[in-house]
Amino acid sequence: MARYAMVIDTTKCVGCQDCVIACETENNVPEGYCRDWITTATSGKFPTVQLEIRSERCNHCSEPPCVTSCPTGASHIHDVGGVVLVNHDECIGCKACLASCPYDARFIHPDGYADKCTFCIHRVEKGEDPACVSVCPTHCMHFGDLDDPESEVSKLLKERKYHTNLPEAGTGPNIYYLI
Amino acid sequence: MNSLSRRKFLKITGATVGAAAVITGSGKALFKGADKVNKKIVKGIKKIPTYCDVCFWKCGAIAYVKDGKLWKIEGNPKDPLSKGRLCPRGTGGVSAHYDPERLNSPLIRKKERGEEKWVAVTWGEALDYIAKKMNKIKEKYGPESMALFSHGVGGTFLKHTIKAFGSRNITAPSFAQCRGPRETGFELTFGDVVGSPERTDIKNSKCLVLIGSHLGENMHNTQVQEFAEAVEKGTSIIVVDPRFSVAASKAKYYLPIKPGTDIALLLAWMNVIVKEKLYDIDYVNKYGFGFEQFAAEISQYTPEWAYPETGIEPELIRTTAREMALYKPATLVHPGRHTTWYGDDTQRSRAIALLNALMGSWGRKGGFYLPYNYSVPKYKYPPYPKPEHEPVDNPNHKYPFAEGELLSTGIREATITGKPYPIKGWMVYATNLTQSLPNREETIKAIQNLDLLVVVDIIPSEIAGWADVVLPEVTYLERYDELNTASFRQSFISLRQPVVDAPGDQKPNWWIAKQLAERLGLEKYYPWKDIEEYLDTRLKGAGLSLNELKKKGVVTGPKEPIYFDEGIEPEFYTPSGKIEFYSLQLAEAGFDPVPKYKRPEQPPPGYFRLLFGRAPVHTFSKTQSYPLLHHQMEENVLWVNTDVAKRFGLKNGEYIKLKNTDGVISNKIKVYATERIRTDCVFMVHGFGQTSKQLKSTYLRGASDSQLITRYNTDPIMGGTGMNVNFVTFEWEV
Ligand code: SF4
Ligand code: SF4
Ligand code: SF4
Repeated sequence: MARYAMVIDTTKCVGCQDCVIACETENNVPEGYCRDWITTATSGKFPTVQLEIRSERCNHCSEPPCVTSCPTGASHIHDVGGVVLVNHDECIGCKACLASCPYDARFIHPDGYADKCTFCIHRVEKGEDPACVSVCPTHCMHFGDLDDPESEVSKLLKERKYHTNLPEAGTGPNIYYLI
Repeated sequence: MNSLSRRKFLKITGATVGAAAVITGSGKALFKGADKVNKKIVKGIKKIPTYCDVCFWKCGAIAYVKDGKLWKIEGNPKDPLSKGRLCPRGTGGVSAHYDPERLNSPLIRKKERGEEKWVAVTWGEALDYIAKKMNKIKEKYGPESMALFSHGVGGTFLKHTIKAFGSRNITAPSFAQCRGPRETGFELTFGDVVGSPERTDIKNSKCLVLIGSHLGENMHNTQVQEFAEAVEKGTSIIVVDPRFSVAASKAKYYLPIKPGTDIALLLAWMNVIVKEKLYDIDYVNKYGFGFEQFAAEISQYTPEWAYPETGIEPELIRTTAREMALYKPATLVHPGRHTTWYGDDTQRSRAIALLNALMGSWGRKGGFYLPYNYSVPKYKYPPYPKPEHEPVDNPNHKYPFAEGELLSTGIREATITGKPYPIKGWMVYATNLTQSLPNREETIKAIQNLDLLVVVDIIPSEIAGWADVVLPEVTYLERYDELNTASFRQSFISLRQPVVDAPGDQKPNWWIAKQLAERLGLEKYYPWKDIEEYLDTRLKGAGLSLNELKKKGVVTGPKEPIYFDEGIEPEFYTPSGKIEFYSLQLAEAGFDPVPKYKRPEQPPPGYFRLLFGRAPVHTFSKTQSYPLLHHQMEENVLWVNTDVAKRFGLKNGEYIKLKNTDGVISNKIKVYATERIRTDCVFMVHGFGQTSKQLKSTYLRGASDSQLITRYNTDPIMGGTGMNVNFVTFEWEV
């Protein structure tokens, strides 16, 4: 069993939004929506300021409330890599998952189903990286299998300090931010 | 001045190690003819290599066409500039093709200039009209009265037509409104320019100093990629900026300098380095000219002297000077790119060059490498007619070191005054002049003196709104262009080729230029049938072929030495043949032979210095309507320090207007109250607040810095327009 995760180096990210735009074209995201986005957290007082820039998306949680709250089973954990996906045909657009996701990662596609980041599973299954990872001009994003101790992501988490977003929500997020 | 051709590095010819083919299928049938590429819809995915044009970096790319429709674009892994990854603008560039607001057919003005009322005409009618007007101008005033403003590689053939017509008044705002002072400052010091792409060895630098240069927000791709590499490697980064830029957040030292005082800081740094003998003594002894005079001159500029000017503590000045010296010669003091700030910009750039000279970084690993370009013979044309007059932009060499490139503002001035001779026709290609030149009113005044204003553009830009004739061009995804053989670490050659059909009656620049030339009786200057023939002829001259380039997109030359330490004989094309710490050239022309600092004018009470810069998702004012980029950033915001916002009662996210000291009031702009900027300045991203009514998606979205830049200080050395000299205050009526 693989457990897919993303490890993003915030010390290198410049917040350029290339990851966002690449996702839009790769996945034909409808105009005005996005599956990933940039959050900039500023703290301190000028000139002693700290900045953390994060490329954010669905956390492909290990305990995903969006899946448990889904009345039809459309939201599910994929059998490859633990990726959280939505089966468009089964989705009735009831928004239960939108309400339960602490990360605001989902939206209702104009065609009526809940949509979000898929970890570009269509690429990953072909052995490619997700579009955002492969476009990033700073090479700050890494994708891989946390169950494989030799994977780049596993190694990075062993060597570097990191945090996840809203760990207190208890959903087991799988996007890690190196600091 | 400013001519790269004097460089003596070994130029290579066509014999090369080729990059592997990108296309595997049989794509050949697709490219018959220059205008129609996808006549037969091919099922499945085609990958077509080309190079990007969303900015002027020219990254090698691969476009994906799915079932005959443009899908996405990625970096070409074989391309040395993109290394397989485009910047966000490049990635979003596909939407240039899909932009619903694109110009669709040629237009001729039917009401007053600027009213944006036209009639759609055929290409024949439009080109006949232009040719007739141009001939009239030639008859009455001479051919030099026709000027061309052109930015980027797409202007190659229009330049050719205008030269054949008999005019050398060809200019781009990228010199006097952007990188000109840097090129002049470096040429005066090292005898060579920095060039584009910059010859900065960022990835190998051990200490990187950025002065106002906001890499990461400014997305010139290779530089940003190398910047991230440097961050990862733990390069010591020193950022000097009134704004806490993204780069500042990656820095070991952030120096929140008072705007306009960079020269004082640079002099103090050099003072410390010379006094403490921290410079590369061997290098300076060997290659330096006039070091003694220079050292004597700067001995007065102590960190204590600089402190009240710059606001940077003397200890921090000393610490950072020593930090730089620690890593020399791999200390790169970045020369910046947009350097027209205060009007003393050549001297600031010279100070930066001199600091690099002290570090011994020119020609050294981690500093400035020596670039190569791929040698491809020029197409042989008949000689251009000899112009009767000198170019109009710089009469009597008022700006003595402005040689090599023309001053756009100089041509504008001549258009207004009619001196030294009248300019009656403008052709404008890929530069939105009302946004790219300072003082919009002056530009409009000049336009009102014209007999002919032709704008070639993709979208109904602001400048197109003032045109007599608007010619719709195809995007870079729909055309061939001149080859890219820019100088870089390794020589390379890349091809732009059409990926999809244009959606309407748009035409490529080469076709427009050729058609116009033929109507002007200049057909002998266009011996080729179409651009494919032109490109193939050039490429054959280099031992390559168009077919090969169409498949590969890019071909690289061999790796060659790029540092002095690798065996390149150091050569400096200055009068002394050395690095000029003391410039006799400048002294003779009446300028300071060693840079001096002059305190800049300060904002009146209640006013703030207006600073402007870049955002990662837009290029100047040209991309705001591209849907994918538009949605990432629809308007700009006004960066104001939180304390200032509090003091003036400005709420985050509320709309306000700005008024400058000349009473010009901006369009409304959202307040972004932040700890990331000083209290004596405000900042906005350039290119917004556009006034073209035809361009609905961007019409009056955000504010225009250009509109507020009514004042500029002209650099007496090279004629650049320092634009960070305007002060604004807040207006609440929106
Ligand atoms: S593409 Fe990379 S550097 Fe740019 S915002 Fe996304 S993660 Fe950050
Ligand atoms: S981030 Fe939200 S949508 Fe994604 S798996 Fe977790 S709960 Fe579900
Ligand atoms: S830097 Fe970006 S916009 Fe410029 S050419 Fe490269 S990919 Fe295109």
